[in-house]
Amino acid sequence: MFDVQKIRAQFPILSQTVNGKPLVYFDNGATSQKPQAVIDSIVEYYSKYNANIHRGVHTLSQLATDAYEQARFKIQQHFNAKHAYEIIFTSGTTESINLVANGFASLLQPGDEIVISALEHHSNIVPWQMLCEHTGAILKVIPMNLHGELIMDEYDNLLSEKTKLVCCNHISNALGVLNPIEEIIKKAHAVGAAVLIDGAQSCPHIKPDVQALNVDFYVTSAHKMCGPTGVGMLYGKEEWLRKLPPYKGGGEMIATVTFEKTTYADLPHKFEAGTPNICGGIAFGAAIDFMNEVGFDNIAKHEHELLVYGTQRLQEIEGVTIYGPTDLNKKASVISFNIENIHPYDIGTIVDKLGIAVRTGHHCAQPIMDFFKIPGTIRASFAFYNTKEEIDIFVEAIKKAKMMLS
Amino acid sequence: MNSAQMNIKEIQKEIVDEFAMFDDWMERYEYIIELGKGLPLIEEQYKTEENIIKGCQSKVWVHAEEKDGKVLFSADSDAILTKGIIAILIRSFSNQTPAEILEANTDFVDEIGLKEHLSATRANGLVSMIKKIKMYALAFEARN
Repeated sequence: MFDVQKIRAQFPILSQTVNGKPLVYFDNGATSQKPQAVIDSIVEYYSKYNANIHRGVHTLSQLATDAYEQARFKIQQHFNAKHAYEIIFTSGTTESINLVANGFASLLQPGDEIVISALEHHSNIVPWQMLCEHTGAILKVIPMNLHGELIMDEYDNLLSEKTKLVCCNHISNALGVLNPIEEIIKKAHAVGAAVLIDGAQSCPHIKPDVQALNVDFYVTSAHKMCGPTGVGMLYGKEEWLRKLPPYKGGGEMIATVTFEKTTYADLPHKFEAGTPNICGGIAFGAAIDFMNEVGFDNIAKHEHELLVYGTQRLQEIEGVTIYGPTDLNKKASVISFNIENIHPYDIGTIVDKLGIAVRTGHHCAQPIMDFFKIPGTIRASFAFYNTKEEIDIFVEAIKKAKMMLS
Repeated sequence: MNSAQMNIKEIQKEIVDEFAMFDDWMERYEYIIELGKGLPLIEEQYKTEENIIKGCQSKVWVHAEEKDGKVLFSADSDAILTKGIIAILIRSFSNQTPAEILEANTDFVDEIGLKEHLSATRANGLVSMIKKIKMYALAFEARN
């Protein structure tokens, strides 16, 4: 039985006041809050078994190694990867994307093409631009319509035997659009291209099955799904991870080193040079446990209710424009909006004073803002621990801000 | 006494005294909004890329020219709170000599309860605006 109050009680930060008001945290798209279970896993690691992993034969090192590899196993199970060694720990989505982009530098020829979508976050644009500059490959962009939905006919036209890689987010951070990645993956594979899906915004809401999706690379960050910052993962199909050269050189990623030649370690260590974020990895595993205990069906149901309610309440306010799909089944619990003649920054500043955390600005997706010819939006992104009562407080705050600013 | 004859310190004290009359943040912000609305508009020709203070949140243009040894600032922003804040700065620094502008401290922003606008997350908050104003003063002083 899903009881939002019981869930909230597990997040210490949510009982805080900000600027003298109870905190309403609607900036979950930027980062989620952390439950006690995740915080405890961090404290426990540093209090009881902090040691470097995969190196020492001593007991603490064994304990830490086991816990870290156990976390990798949890991530494998969660995403239904075929092998645990197909899960590479990284510092987050951005590093995961850079790792793949760096690896493709040796696989691309001038004139090859990389397709991305118009809905990407800068971190799924810039690494590919850098790769294109480096290799002479060409970047193509799947356009979107006025509802922020990708135009799939245009995608068909972009694909050819020149396409080597297609990169797209599962859910857009700026608008919350749920992209048709099954179709995107199938069509890319039909022309022989590999596909990378950016799951930074989807993993807090849904449980992707990488084998069912038949995706080549899937990347995400722990901190948006109740885990700590500074850790994330790259899932890659074994054949691809074997094909890509190592990203960073150092300890851990080697088999043998002489001054003449180094041979690399097997997967996953080939991509994990240096001492990793051991504690972060372990806490990432704890976050995945926590979210599965809450249950992704419960999460989806509750968040959809918040989305429907929030959308309806905001539309009561005159002059509100909501960006993204009008069919709420095609989006995550994110409402990106503006109020006529008022700058999003002004709204964000006033509602902050009322204890409400929302994101304002371009959401690191400037091309989307340029498309809509706006400087930015106000983005309220809900998590499973948010409530309708918080939405009521938020709507009242928006009304107040609007009154002050008009 | 109008601000043209006052020095920066006196103007800043006047601003601090005005803000001291308000009981809470809402009144302070409403006053900032009012100041923003009253900011004389910058001439369109000066809304150039060069005059823009680029940041994550809102656009701010600041233009300066020198007249009779004093620096005259004009500015605009697409966000009204930002516009109000730049209006406060212009009131404090415009029509002063480059040397006076360079010497002036900016503690008064803290005193009027705008400290949060000094934080690093407000990329084109007060810090960048003050920097731009001081850069102009420095450029004029170097030229003289």
